[in-house]
Amino acid sequence: MPDQNEWTEVIRPRTSLLDLKLAELWKYRDLIVIFARRDIISSYKQTILGPLWFVIQPIITSLLFTVVFGGIANIDTEGVDAFLFFLASNICWSYFSSSLNGNANIFVNNAGIFGKVYFPRLAAPIATTLSNFFRLIIQLILFIVIYLFYYFVKDDISVHPNIQLLLVPYLLLLMTFLGLGMGIIVSSLTTKYRDFSNLMGFGVTLLMYISAVIFPVSSLPEKYKFYIQFNPMAAIMESFRYAFFGQGSYDFFHLIYSTVFALVIFFAGLIIFNRVEKNFMDTV
Amino acid sequence: MSETVIKVENVSKLYKLGYVGSGTFRDDLKYFYDKVRGKTSEAELIAETNDREIKGNSEYVWALKDINFEAKKGEIWGVIGKNGAGKSTLLKILSKITSPTEGTVKYKGRIASLLEVGTGFHGELTGRENIFLNGAVLGMTKSEIKSKFDEIVAFAGVDRYVDTPVKRYSSGMTVRLGFAIAAHLEPEILIVDEVLAVGDAEFQKKAIGKMQDISAGGGRTVLFVSHNMASVRKLCSKGLLLRNGKVAMIDEIERVVDNYLSTEARQIFKQEWELDKAPGNDFIRIKSVEVKSGSERIQENFDVKTPLNIHIKFQNLLEKKTDLYISLHLYSYDGSCIFNLGSEIKSFEKGLIQSVLKIPADLMNDGNYFVNIMILDANGPKILYHLQECLSFEINDYRNDKTDWFGKWQGMVRPTFLPFTINQIEKDGAN
Repeated sequence: MPDQNEWTEVIRPRTSLLDLKLAELWKYRDLIVIFARRDIISSYKQTILGPLWFVIQPIITSLLFTVVFGGIANIDTEGVDAFLFFLASNICWSYFSSSLNGNANIFVNNAGIFGKVYFPRLAAPIATTLSNFFRLIIQLILFIVIYLFYYFVKDDISVHPNIQLLLVPYLLLLMTFLGLGMGIIVSSLTTKYRDFSNLMGFGVTLLMYISAVIFPVSSLPEKYKFYIQFNPMAAIMESFRYAFFGQGSYDFFHLIYSTVFALVIFFAGLIIFNRVEKNFMDTV
Repeated sequence: MSETVIKVENVSKLYKLGYVGSGTFRDDLKYFYDKVRGKTSEAELIAETNDREIKGNSEYVWALKDINFEAKKGEIWGVIGKNGAGKSTLLKILSKITSPTEGTVKYKGRIASLLEVGTGFHGELTGRENIFLNGAVLGMTKSEIKSKFDEIVAFAGVDRYVDTPVKRYSSGMTVRLGFAIAAHLEPEILIVDEVLAVGDAEFQKKAIGKMQDISAGGGRTVLFVSHNMASVRKLCSKGLLLRNGKVAMIDEIERVVDNYLSTEARQIFKQEWELDKAPGNDFIRIKSVEVKSGSERIQENFDVKTPLNIHIKFQNLLEKKTDLYISLHLYSYDGSCIFNLGSEIKSFEKGLIQSVLKIPADLMNDGNYFVNIMILDANGPKILYHLQECLSFEINDYRNDKTDWFGKWQGMVRPTFLPFTINQIEKDGAN
């Protein structure tokens, strides 16, 4: 009889909640990259403008925001050029929201492939996040080019790059944790209770209005300022803009709160996801 | 003595019947609470054996219960059993798509299911991109795929189209490409589910040929699930018979197939139930089902010239007057659907309802058949009750004296379309 140790794998009913099988995930790293590539490539196949869409989308959205929120609603952008303000907000927010939306449907969208072949399921949400990150990087480059144009050519005095710029990678990481974590929590619950997909349909859009995306926190009346600090995205948005513009209510403690929130959500997400993936085919 | 490569120990799988609704959340919490306290869940205690013919009292059912077997290197196992005996559930557990409720499966090497052809193909991507995508989904690394890339393309015969999006491929090309990738995976344990197999006859032949090569040449182990007893007998060495989610028999394939045919594939001409034991639910209770000869000439041993009448009686328990109809599927024993017929739609009050279907003579080919019946609410339409394999019967061959051909008559059906004429319309050489 072969020794227990010789088995390649033992399939058990339910492993420990914390057994995330990261080693196995690492073995499938090629799959993650290929999935991410598929998401990126397939989004612009059979289009004339191709990858240009990655930069057209934030520009058009920001122009529209400038007209509607800046021009019509007269939202105060703390002296920062409205277009630049909304471009920064938009790029940041769309990374978070597309990660959240993409991951929220991960089980339902992949039911066909999950139901037929095994691979570590975590590969799918990680790949979705990775492809969104790639998009973000392109958009960030666009933003920086425009930003530098304002700084050097237009000599815009409202643009104050400062030491907080060093925090930007950290902010991106926080958004990654939040988007991925919340997304996989929702997707895990959606496998059984479809109620959550209804919620997501309008929830993410509504979330934008309370996450300091289209307005700076400083423009809020006092009584709302208290509530918005509970939204972890608000501090991230504020800090992100503060880094580039030197304007806004950047607060170290709010950022600590966002960090703790993001970490809790992320690990809770991993655990729930890990638990659901083993049996989701029975309920989806 | 070759080594054991797959060992299944006490594997069980619990399923909850019915729909997910507002009550489920409470049940889930209860199940979870029981588990946390280390108790056997109430659900597991009340769960019943998976016998579809008996109307159960429990919402929970053991789709598999205490499955044990060991397969050795190089063996080809045939997994057989009626629809719903647990074959697919077992395969899903082995291929890690779902996890067992109890028990363990241990294996060595890589497990792959061959007939999940083209899983994860993306229409917008080119053939080349899809080879990498699909290969990675099946568990190959990028370098592995690279080293086999040319072989795969050649095997699939898609050289010219390798940079064309897969959505422009013909369905045959897609299947060939998918198969080529799977065939180059070289797993140590291969799972083949014929029931799930798509593709034409040629493709199936290719797949089965590949299966034989794999076990003969590479000493790999194959688990083959099929309804086709002829191919199981031909291909497999060992047999596993599942019945109602339990192992009914493990032995040499010949003996297992014989056992299956004599016990499970029996003919059922008529079934009748007492109301309280009848299959059904809160909407429908089946009273009786019967298949009868429609001719005086033959009563029991139907042949291809026998008209058949199928009678169904059921109790409609719906309080409200409802538009109902019956959908009847007739399957051959290899699992192919010969036809699906819907009855007329009529509005019915609560009470006993009878339905009769007449299948004319000269339609069905000789072979073994079984019948599934669905009773539906026409508004929706919504399935009220589904009774599977409630009738099963054999149709014998019939040849008149003029035929010289004695081989198996080909075809899914064997209709007689008359007249099928043949006339000389011109004569050459004569005046």
